[in-house]
Amino acid sequence: MMRHAFKLFHVWVWGSTFLLLAATGTVIGFLLVRGWAGIGQELVFGETPVLAALMLQRPVFDGLFPAMVGTLALVMLSVGMALPVGLATGIYLAEYATGRLSSLLSLFFDILAGMPSIVVGLFGFSITIFLHHRFSGKIYPCLFISALSLAVLVLPYLIRTTQAALEAIPVDLRLIGPSLGATRFQNIFHVLVPHSLKSILSGILLAIGRCAEDTAVIMLTGVVVSAGIPKSIWGNFEALPFYIYYVSAQYTDAGELTRGYGAAIILLLLCAFLFGISFWLQHRLSQRMFERV
Amino acid sequence: MTRSEFLAKHGFMAAAIISAAVTLAIFIFMALLGYPILTSGRLFAALLGAWQPTLQSYGILPMITGTFILAILAVAAAFPVCLGCAALVSDAAPGLVGRFLHAVVRMMTGIPTVVYGFVGIFVLVPLMREVFGRGSGFSLLTAALMLALLVSPTMILLFCDSFRRVTHSYRQAAAALGATTAQQFLYVVLPQARNGILAGVLLGLGRALGDTMIALMLAGNAVAFPDHLFDSARTLTAHIALIIAADFDSPEFRTLFLCGLTLYVLTTLLVLGVRLTMRLPGRRP
Repeated sequence: MMRHAFKLFHVWVWGSTFLLLAATGTVIGFLLVRGWAGIGQELVFGETPVLAALMLQRPVFDGLFPAMVGTLALVMLSVGMALPVGLATGIYLAEYATGRLSSLLSLFFDILAGMPSIVVGLFGFSITIFLHHRFSGKIYPCLFISALSLAVLVLPYLIRTTQAALEAIPVDLRLIGPSLGATRFQNIFHVLVPHSLKSILSGILLAIGRCAEDTAVIMLTGVVVSAGIPKSIWGNFEALPFYIYYVSAQYTDAGELTRGYGAAIILLLLCAFLFGISFWLQHRLSQRMFERV
Repeated sequence: MTRSEFLAKHGFMAAAIISAAVTLAIFIFMALLGYPILTSGRLFAALLGAWQPTLQSYGILPMITGTFILAILAVAAAFPVCLGCAALVSDAAPGLVGRFLHAVVRMMTGIPTVVYGFVGIFVLVPLMREVFGRGSGFSLLTAALMLALLVSPTMILLFCDSFRRVTHSYRQAAAALGATTAQQFLYVVLPQARNGILAGVLLGLGRALGDTMIALMLAGNAVAFPDHLFDSARTLTAHIALIIAADFDSPEFRTLFLCGLTLYVLTTLLVLGVRLTMRLPGRRP
């Protein structure tokens, strides 16, 4: 009897794995099968000539180009805002903070990392209301507020990857700088950070992916369905994930639905690309560490 | 300490303080904007009442219930599958197959949430409508199944980690006594990894509670206490996304910040819970 029960173990583990892969395969396969035919120049640029659209001379009306530019602008702004603070905080946690302070700060960043993105969006929205009432009636939800909120969302990722990268540096390497008379900051700046640049980079790629895919935050802070190419950081903007949501909720014709599938495939490929490179970097790194030992 | 040393140290410290302050600022901003409700003496009515705008009753209890039911359903559905999958990666098929699966699961964490929702609307919703023949297909069950897929990678990776941390010599000792892979896993690895499994479940719960898009797109969003699995339900997260368009200073609008605060508190409790499980004494054989 017991022996049969243990045979079931293998049925269970292989069955679960198969189920998981089948479900994921269905999600990806369905998108590719339905949407692949729609992938092409027209999906992105509509009827507008490509060169004119790229030079921003002619607006694109029935293509994904504005949403793609919006997502790109959003990612660059928010990672640009989060990066200096995230790196510095990671360095502080790994190299300076000790004892109580360190564990208190970690608690804060754990909470921030677990914060639902809609709450971060609501935070951005609250800031907008606050600024609107206090400073200028001209402040509305806009690209800047979205980017700021997304920066808050990805901040803990950057902090954690930086901290982990620095803490993984072996002691002998860590001591070379000081033994040659380098100060703490010189050691960080010339030895420790350059050495862990690759794992920091992989964290940055994950943060970019997170910024590109998040929908809940931008929904509350200024994304719209049609705004064209963002003209300033104080205006509304389009973004791929929101477009996907919009299409699924209220598409009106087959063309829009095709663009929805296209947007989903583009976003999926973008995230797969970013995550892929990031993991490849980490993998190479861990392999190199094995070789060192 | 030279001047540049001093500047560097305090610069890094300032960044850390800013980052920590952001965590607090989220709470403070929502508390300030939700202040009228918090002090109106109707906090309990707003937290535990029903949502009946015609009766001037704006309680968020239906959304809290919806959030919990959905998250628990999703994690309960994902748990056996994730445990099995993690067991395969760490014990039943270590080596090339396991490494490959581990990589696949890591890549799965990168699938955008909105893509899950999108495919859910065009595949799972019609399927549920056809198979069960009840309602519109937008239901608790539909959202819970998709959400289970979303939280799976998080749970599997944590389970794998905790299985891998089980001391190798314990496995070898069991193997030396003639235990099969299944026996090793069930009698040695599983009890040893108990804390890690608990942490994985809590983190999965956190992801499920905090997700917006799947609940918003698939759960139907009706404001009522769901009676059964095929009922439509609304979560706190979806409620925030749906109400945000309403005008400022309306009573509906104020409840947003109460929802936000509730989610904030839940997140904090879960994070503390995870930390606590990490500190629990491990079981010694």
